Amino acid sequence: MTESRDILLRGGRLLDPSTALDGVGDLLVRDGKVEALGGTLAAPDGAQVIDCAGQVVAPGFIDVHCHLREPGREDVETILTGARAAAAGGFTAVCAMPNTDPVTDNQAAVGFVLKQGRAAGAARVYPIGAISIGQKGERLAEFGEMVHAGAVAVSDDGRPVVSAHLMRTALEYARTFGIPVADHCEEPTLAAAGDMNEGYVSARLGLKGIPAEAEEIMAIRDILLARRTGGHVHLCHMSTKGSVELIRWGKEHGIAVTAEACPHHLSLTEAEVEGYNTNAKMNPPLRSAADVEAMQQAVKDGTIDVIATDHAPHHSDDKQREFGDAPNGIVGLETALAVNVTWLVKSGIMSLGTLVERMSCAPARLFGLPGGTLRRGAVADITVFDPSLAWTVDPGAFLSKGRNTPYGGRLLHGRVGCTLVDGRVVHTRMG
Amino acid sequence: MSAPLGKDLLGLEHLSAGQITLILDTAEPLREISERAIKKVPTLRGATVVNLFFEASTRTRISFEFAEKRLSADTVNVATAASSVTKGETLVDTAKNLEAMRIDMVVIRHGSSGAARFLAERIESNVINAGDGTHEHPTQGLLDLLTLRQRFGTLEGKRVCIVGDVLHSRVARSNIWGLTKLGAEVAVCGPRSLLPSAIADFGVQVFDRVEQAIEWADALNVLRLQLERMTAGYIPSLREYNRVFGVTRERLDRAPRDLLIMHPGPMNRGVEIDSEVADGPHSVILDQVTNGVAVRMAVLYLLAGNAPALAEAAKGGNR
Amino acid sequence: MSTAPTIVLNARALERTVARMADEIVEQADGTESLVLVGIQRRGVQLAERVAKVIAAREQVTVPRGALDITLYRDDLQTVGPRPIVGKTDIPCAIDGKTVCIVDDVLYTGRTIRAALDELADFGRPARIMLAVLVDRGGRELPIHADVVGRTVDVPRGGRVDVGVVEIDGCDEVTLVLAGEAT
Repeated sequence: MTESRDILLRGGRLLDPSTALDGVGDLLVRDGKVEALGGTLAAPDGAQVIDCAGQVVAPGFIDVHCHLREPGREDVETILTGARAAAAGGFTAVCAMPNTDPVTDNQAAVGFVLKQGRAAGAARVYPIGAISIGQKGERLAEFGEMVHAGAVAVSDDGRPVVSAHLMRTALEYARTFGIPVADHCEEPTLAAAGDMNEGYVSARLGLKGIPAEAEEIMAIRDILLARRTGGHVHLCHMSTKGSVELIRWGKEHGIAVTAEACPHHLSLTEAEVEGYNTNAKMNPPLRSAADVEAMQQAVKDGTIDVIATDHAPHHSDDKQREFGDAPNGIVGLETALAVNVTWLVKSGIMSLGTLVERMSCAPARLFGLPGGTLRRGAVADITVFDPSLAWTVDPGAFLSKGRNTPYGGRLLHGRVGCTLVDGRVVHTRMG
Repeated sequence: MSAPLGKDLLGLEHLSAGQITLILDTAEPLREISERAIKKVPTLRGATVVNLFFEASTRTRISFEFAEKRLSADTVNVATAASSVTKGETLVDTAKNLEAMRIDMVVIRHGSSGAARFLAERIESNVINAGDGTHEHPTQGLLDLLTLRQRFGTLEGKRVCIVGDVLHSRVARSNIWGLTKLGAEVAVCGPRSLLPSAIADFGVQVFDRVEQAIEWADALNVLRLQLERMTAGYIPSLREYNRVFGVTRERLDRAPRDLLIMHPGPMNRGVEIDSEVADGPHSVILDQVTNGVAVRMAVLYLLAGNAPALAEAAKGGNR
Repeated sequence: MSTAPTIVLNARALERTVARMADEIVEQADGTESLVLVGIQRRGVQLAERVAKVIAAREQVTVPRGALDITLYRDDLQTVGPRPIVGKTDIPCAIDGKTVCIVDDVLYTGRTIRAALDELADFGRPARIMLAVLVDRGGRELPIHADVVGRTVDVPRGGRVDVGVVEIDGCDEVTLVLAGEAT
């Protein structure tokens, strides 16, 4: 086994909410772990020294919700390209949703995703297994086998769990393995054939709307089932003011509900769809300004526990269609940090520390994953980034195969300098 | 100086009152051409126009075809299956093919909202929206405006109520924009399950009963109710719709004034409108059809031949 | 050096000229029997109206009048940027076998008259078509000639002749505007 080099991250702002650390100092990485940190450290012989002056050194970001498309749609993304895109976005780990083709609903499929992730040698890839066989919403998949093979959670994301009975059973059954059950909250009859948020914009554009209630009805259903079963329900990509109020109620009543929000729901409104822009089409859709504001506050006060990307690459041919025919989804791994810094931190809504908590510490804690901390002895999954660096988003330069982003051409603040996984640099823009 | 309407006519929402008035003022004198023995002027001679209809529509297509032929344009009709999935060729490829054939103007009707704009963004030819999904049907809106203007003299302050399935109606949307811009007071009337939930944001009044609408309005624009709305669960039955919302002789007899009755066609006699009303003295439905050809001729005339650079050279009076 | 436009015909002079034109039209048409006056939009229409009034006074006959808008028959529509406004065309009677006298304000290149001839052909087949113009400013680009001319005006390069009628412009006047002059 080859010895890896020591790495000294010199002079950065060490920001670790898990240990209430926020101050300029050095950090030494050895054998894939945080060896020492704080103050000025001497560089050991042969160590690689990375000058982090002016940058933030934080525990690596963890994305608990992304779509890597492999197996099945390797033309649109592979685990390799996705893991590299993640590393470029400062993510040291991602959780891959199981709505692949075939669906990741058994131990062999879980093993395949893990293997591909390891081979990629970039961000860690943790598989999420399906709740039901084929994600058909009928029979439970083998949670035990999948967890044993390496799955960290279960979800039928892409689709809602329509049957309340199945959701209840999944929550109860998941307790044995201590994993969260993540639900894509969408009441199918209300949302049917909808293309964007229901409101004045959808009425003007002649597009069928998805009312906020389609999400809220399933959110409260899941919260109540979590109460009944004692299971941990994780609500995916929340987007409405109403959902936030329901989650808050659930937490006040001690229910084990956690929730995630995506950067686009924290920054853009339904107005982005003007002109029938298919790069503004995703599910759940972009909502109203009031919803965005409520979501931002919820991320600040912790009602929303984590920020996840719901990275969903699509082929440009597929997105270059009439709006109604275009598939839902946008990429997000490589713009998440910048969008969050620009709209949440730079705007003064919350501190950088809170952002790191939502993007790193909380995901690790809630999904039981290594990382999310810089304490001594922790795994050296680290993100070095410059929160004030301005850059223009160029989709053509993405490492992801997907180019479908609404942020193309925008000037954003916040860029990753380098990303370390297991003590090795897996991405760098620094000399 | 750029063309007064731009390259395309995609909808009325973003046109100014001045532009709409220009189209109506141009359509007026063009009506006379359809009264001549030789119903043809050479204005668009040599221009190639394609009628690209992804949704079946005899009446709109014929109206456009007459408008094009009366201006001496060369017309080609393309009728294809509904979605890009079933027909196998994407709208992007259709656009590229049209461009490669140097088509001057495209009239497109499509089942997807935004399809006309999608095409217009990808080809140099002028694009006229003949109806895109539930978004807009601008030439229908314009001919409705012309018909009302002919009868009333002006639309300023006139009360027009659109009755029926506004939720799914592109005709309703185009009418709301056009009428509002020309100063009319606009209302809608129908079951709430067939009105957009955000209807208040359009600045129109809402009547829950057709009796109220008839009491208030100077003109009714009665929309066709489609059978699919019943099967999709928006209303229980066509029978009940007629009994509650039908524009009938009995209801109109109680009107405080003579209302004009309009309908974009084709009519479901006995559902949204009774035959007595459709064929009665206050119906201007046939005027709408006549005006349709004139309005479409006006739109073709105003959009065609954008060559501003050459215009400068030709200036200097040509008598 | 004069900087104001020159008045070629004032209201009174215009009235006299129109009266003489009316006489010449009737003379060349051999009477009013099958005469139809067709004014070219816009000011030709008003002039045709006045000619008809003079003829009515002289001959006690009401000659039918029509209006012709030639915009849709112009040969320069592809090059003129913003689309010209289309005016009203109204030919109230059949013109087959009639003597149609086209009435226009200014004859210059002749293209307007060419367009008018094409348009009239779509309405029928007159026995004869005559042309009466208030002002002939020369500069023909097509072999078109006027049978009845109110006044021949020599227009230097870059100049133009403006005809005003009270119904449209507030006063009856024909002015010559030279290049560089303010109007």
